[in-house]
Amino acid sequence: MSITTNDVQHVANLARLALTDEEKETFTGQLNAILKYAEKLNELNTDGVEPTSHVLPLANVMRADEVRQSLSIEAVLRNAPDEEDGQIKVPAVLE
Amino acid sequence: MSTQYETVVGLEVHVELHTNSKIFCGCSTAFGAPPNTHTCPICLGHPGVLPVLNRQALEYAMKASMALNCTVADVSKFDRKNYFYPDSPKAYQISQYDQPVGEHGWIDIEVNGETKRIGITRVHLEEDAGKLTHVDGGYASLVDFNRVGTPLIEIVSEPDIRTPEEAKAYLEKIRAIMQYCDVSDVKMEEGSMRCDANISLRPYGQEKFGTRAELKNMNSFRGVQRGLEYEQWRQADILNSGGEVVQETRRWDEAQGKTLSMRGKEEAHDYRYFPDPDLVRVVIDAEWKERIRASIPELPDARKARYIAEYELPSYDAEVLTSSMKMANFFEESLNYTKDAKAVSNWIMGDLLGYLNANSLEFGDIKLTAQGLGEMIGLLESNTINSKIAKTVFKSMLETGKLPKQIVEEQGLVQISDEGAIKAICEEIVAANPQSVADYKAGKEKAIGFLVGQVMKASKGKANPALANKLLVEVLSSL
Amino acid sequence: MAQFDLRLQDIHNGLKDKQFSVSELTEASFKRIADTDSAVQAFLTLNEEGARAQAAELDKQLQAGGERGLLFGLPAGIKDNIVTEGLRTTCASQFLRNYDPIYDATVVRKLKAAQSVAIGKLNMDEFAMGGSNENSSFFATRNPWNTEYVPGGSSGGSAASVAAGQVYFSLGSDTGGSIRQPASYCGIVGLKPTYGLVSRFGLVAFASSLDQIGPLTKNVEDSAYVLQAIAGYDQMDSTSANVEIPDYTSALTGDVKGLRIGVPKEYMGQGVDPKVKEAVLAALKVYESLGATWEEVSMPHTEYAVATYYLLASSEASSNLARFDGVRYGVRAENPENLIDLYRKSRSEGFGSEVKRRIMLGTYALSSGYYDAYYKKAQQVRTLIKRDFDQAFEKYDILIGPTAPTTAFRIGEQVGDPLTMYLNDILTIPVSLAGVPAVSIPCGLAEGMPVGLQIIGKAFDESTVLRAAHAFEQNTDHHKARPQL
Repeated sequence: MSITTNDVQHVANLARLALTDEEKETFTGQLNAILKYAEKLNELNTDGVEPTSHVLPLANVMRADEVRQSLSIEAVLRNAPDEEDGQIKVPAVLE
Repeated sequence: MSTQYETVVGLEVHVELHTNSKIFCGCSTAFGAPPNTHTCPICLGHPGVLPVLNRQALEYAMKASMALNCTVADVSKFDRKNYFYPDSPKAYQISQYDQPVGEHGWIDIEVNGETKRIGITRVHLEEDAGKLTHVDGGYASLVDFNRVGTPLIEIVSEPDIRTPEEAKAYLEKIRAIMQYCDVSDVKMEEGSMRCDANISLRPYGQEKFGTRAELKNMNSFRGVQRGLEYEQWRQADILNSGGEVVQETRRWDEAQGKTLSMRGKEEAHDYRYFPDPDLVRVVIDAEWKERIRASIPELPDARKARYIAEYELPSYDAEVLTSSMKMANFFEESLNYTKDAKAVSNWIMGDLLGYLNANSLEFGDIKLTAQGLGEMIGLLESNTINSKIAKTVFKSMLETGKLPKQIVEEQGLVQISDEGAIKAICEEIVAANPQSVADYKAGKEKAIGFLVGQVMKASKGKANPALANKLLVEVLSSL
Repeated sequence: MAQFDLRLQDIHNGLKDKQFSVSELTEASFKRIADTDSAVQAFLTLNEEGARAQAAELDKQLQAGGERGLLFGLPAGIKDNIVTEGLRTTCASQFLRNYDPIYDATVVRKLKAAQSVAIGKLNMDEFAMGGSNENSSFFATRNPWNTEYVPGGSSGGSAASVAAGQVYFSLGSDTGGSIRQPASYCGIVGLKPTYGLVSRFGLVAFASSLDQIGPLTKNVEDSAYVLQAIAGYDQMDSTSANVEIPDYTSALTGDVKGLRIGVPKEYMGQGVDPKVKEAVLAALKVYESLGATWEEVSMPHTEYAVATYYLLASSEASSNLARFDGVRYGVRAENPENLIDLYRKSRSEGFGSEVKRRIMLGTYALSSGYYDAYYKKAQQVRTLIKRDFDQAFEKYDILIGPTAPTTAFRIGEQVGDPLTMYLNDILTIPVSLAGVPAVSIPCGLAEGMPVGLQIIGKAFDESTVLRAAHAFEQNTDHHKARPQL
């Protein structure tokens, strides 16, 4: 599999990254090199091999349904780039 | 609407689980708090935070799955659904992809006296998003993260629904079951129950599904039915004129009464699901399942069957009464005070539901007690009051919550069954209405009705109507 | 700074006997930073006010007498991807250049409980992505042994700061080698605990299934003490293991007689610098002389580890870093045209190119149609790699090899060639994928730059890893070598 500049643009859209034309070129080359290297994995037969999502065999880690103290509104908004009436302000979604 | 097409509908219903705290953090889920006051670093998606599953949320999801006749998974897990939106703080929603809590369930619905089984594909557990309010003339939005992390189950139906009425019946049944299980408030108006629909049309006899539209923003039971009705018409219209239905998401606009395309707002979705490495799997053994199963009360269908068998109610009555647990409980409690189940059913389905609907109230919002209704029916049975007085008493009970005996006493509403007293009134009425008497004598049987009415009026509605009728005939024939 | 060359127990006694105060230790730390950090550039943020106030408070407690824990009053540095309430935490990213955390990481709470003094936040590769510290968006930390050289990464600031004697110990994080490799390059001890031993709550996630916090120290004993303070179950972290925490220092017996050591032949193969190999073989001789035995073992899936790691770690990272969207905190681009533009501009302005590259790779690997070929395949190969370790540990108590194929390289030498840079981690990555513990300890110098010996143990058997590391240290002087700054 080889990826094109168009693929890179598509992935950048999914990842919400704006890439310059130069970055697109560079990433196309670099990602192709990395993915080509990753094709190495196809040398291995993994039929029937369980995928590992967690290295520890943990299960059923849960907490009781208890309410804990929430943050002060000051802390909630401390890092907010823009706010109004105790809420975070953003440009509207395109209508 | 053309009848040459069969409508195919599948519903995705979201139900908020009424836990005390959120699904992955300890913030309160209480509705109506000032914006962002029920938030913490975890539900705000601050760097470095981690989720820990609320056991109650999982158990509610198990309970709901079982009540919907699903098989509960032996092993379940959580996955990340990746998408950017301001109401989603981590830019991914923790949901379940390929190992949901419940799968392969069904419920029965009743439409026009016929029972139909609707398949349920899956029930999965996930977190809710925040709320956006549009400001600055629609150019900006404010985000309130209080709702983020409220536990939700998504109930996905098979495409077994064929009409908007069935869709409404399905939703009502889901609501009833969730209510009986006590896992949610299931209020569509407050958003604790939400519904999206996939709808397509195909010529009768064709196996392949037509192109579907996804409908969103139907915020009431009526909205779902109307939205589907509109969409059914819209798609038939396109097909009839030789066009093709476009696969897209459409928004139901209640005010305009139509569905509108959301194209342009959407782009190709690629949610890039993968197992959430921050959460570990859930292993549900038989003993745990049994414990949850044992906590499920008698569900609407079982109760309905019991009402038909035990109280000999018509199927329709039993269906209506069991559609809400509060109503069914009210019905059963009333029967502690009277044996006449059909009368109780008639009063609930007639006067009481009429009153609730007219005033947009629910069971629980009213002062009338089950004891009051039961005792009132008892007074009717014993001829202490007549049905006309009963209407007055009922209205008074709705307003004051007082018991019928007290109302009857306070307002002097006891039925007059004293023959002498009624006869005296009859004689007065006959004397005062010579024309009607003449009409009656001339063979106009109807005139007696008018005269009885006059007797009832003169007695302020308290005369025993049967007695009044009998005595009036006696007075007239003695003339 | 002379006091920082004392053993921890001696500092403890010195404080108790009032030979020096916590404030003096703290000032010594700031003085050393003032003297050396223009050359080393290890710190992103200094906690001068907070540290001094805390030191004064601790001195008051000292006056009152009573027993204190061993980490009491020790100046500590914290990698800047570990969240510290009220103390700027940037992950060395422009995106978070003004981020003022609203909570403390669990390890930070534990250090506070142990009454160590947080001196400041240490430089790193942006979001822990990199192995040289050149990916810091602020400045590159230098190797104290030669400031023309990289300190390694991503915990480069953590390693350089300890090596330069600026702090007594530091915390780093290791995803594919980010504690061990810089410890190796800087000639100190760096321990990556078993996945799940130390809480990740408050560690800004890079790859959640791999990230672990661990200590960087000048010797093995200190490593055991710091680990003791930070290890343990945390109910805020679902992946935290609920295991009994042993007394790590009691394992430091100096006795390795009968210890069975496996040396993966793949760790000593092509690409490993002969001088590094030589140092490792010399170390094995030391173990032999102490009564341990060693033999070669094959870990056949080693060559697949780097590809596996980059697919898995980048995929997880693409999702973990999606929260940096400019909405609630961090950088928000000026005058966005609309919401999507706000996301794109904020993220593009906020992230450096290595971060973007990995987000791109991870997004691609998870995207529709490629998940099975890349992500799932890599998870399956991860299983095979883990089995290599399971099998090896049936026969051996520990595995030993080099930490990195080479010693530190020159700044700028590998920039622009991500794949070569990725291959520097070839010996640390398999261990991360298997989730087992490993320590890097100094085992000599090659052309003036430190060589690291990697000792790998069974899951939750840090005690044996530390015992083996400690025994080596007791019988060699490599850990006493100090850079001249």
